[in-house]
Amino acid sequence: MWLWINKFAAPKNFYQIAGTIIPWTSILCALLFLYGLIGGLILAPPDYQQGDAFRIIYVHVPSALLSMLIYISLAIAAVINLVWRIKLADIIIAVSAPLGAAFTFLALSTGAFWGKPMWGTWWVWDARLTSELILLFIYLGVIALRAAIPLQESAARASAILLIVGIVNIPIIHYSVAWWNTLHQGETLTLTGASLIAPAMLHPLWAMILAFICYAKTIILIRARTEILRREKQSQWIQAFLRN
Amino acid sequence: MKLNPIQRRRLLFILLIIIAVALATALALYALQQNINLFYNSSQIAAGQAPLNHELRLGGMVQANSVKRMPHSLAVNFIVRDNAKSVRVSYVGILPDLFREGQAVVVEGKLTVQGVVQADQVLAKHDEKYMPAILK
Repeated sequence: MWLWINKFAAPKNFYQIAGTIIPWTSILCALLFLYGLIGGLILAPPDYQQGDAFRIIYVHVPSALLSMLIYISLAIAAVINLVWRIKLADIIIAVSAPLGAAFTFLALSTGAFWGKPMWGTWWVWDARLTSELILLFIYLGVIALRAAIPLQESAARASAILLIVGIVNIPIIHYSVAWWNTLHQGETLTLTGASLIAPAMLHPLWAMILAFICYAKTIILIRARTEILRREKQSQWIQAFLRN
Repeated sequence: MKLNPIQRRRLLFILLIIIAVALATALALYALQQNINLFYNSSQIAAGQAPLNHELRLGGMVQANSVKRMPHSLAVNFIVRDNAKSVRVSYVGILPDLFREGQAVVVEGKLTVQGVVQADQVLAKHDEKYMPAILK
């Protein structure tokens, strides 16, 4: 098992495995998006209070979830990188940080677009919104830190430590609506028990969440392959690979 | 999982960092508890826990049949309550789409000596339930 992981994490093998996975995740992603978008934007009934404006949930919730999921994966990759010094972990961090930042921005901006007509304000400094904004700053911090340190290994170590320290923000984001009074509503989706959303609205939402996850996987794999080519361009296997 | 002594030391160090940062954050948040809450409940205001003539926020439900609009102006009076106490609010301005009786709101304004919140802004708070009109 351990040997297998080491083998998988070798850039050369990862490059090939990712190459075979990418077409499948892309197809799966396209199908899920198709189901989710048609189901969410056309078939799902309008909300009894918000009318059609509730449909922004199909982008807002998946992007907010992804912003946290990507962060958790990056923090795990950071631990792996610091403890076992596996090259692949830092490659994953380097290529997924901008994606995580993009999802965080998307969650914040779609929330603001929805908040203006529904709440009556674009922004309010409540615990949920503020902690999500801090997440965006952490992502930007990781990107900036990596760009500021020219030596690749030092950049990897510094950003890994920042990612590990920043993990405390994730439970705060998640539980903010339960711990404090916030303008943001509580959790609609629950894995255990009944979700507080009508089934016809719920199915497309799960499809969109899975579609976003597949999308993120595909993009990260594609970008990781490119990054491997860039970092390992001196190595023999790439030289041989490019000659063919 | 195989860990040689160096790797074990690194892992321990990381765990220590996480615990220290989590502890520091928990203490800071605990100290700031009141300030992180976005609003006072109507019970807290009725009990006199909120300062007079200071910018504050009040959260609760708009009481049924309490919304009174003044003719020929945007002025509106209503009552915000939780399950115990109620507080009167007066406001001049445009209300958000979701504002209606029985809905949750967050009101930003100043508490006057008469115990009325003079609002500068009224925000509607949406709940976490989504359903089609037909089920309502």
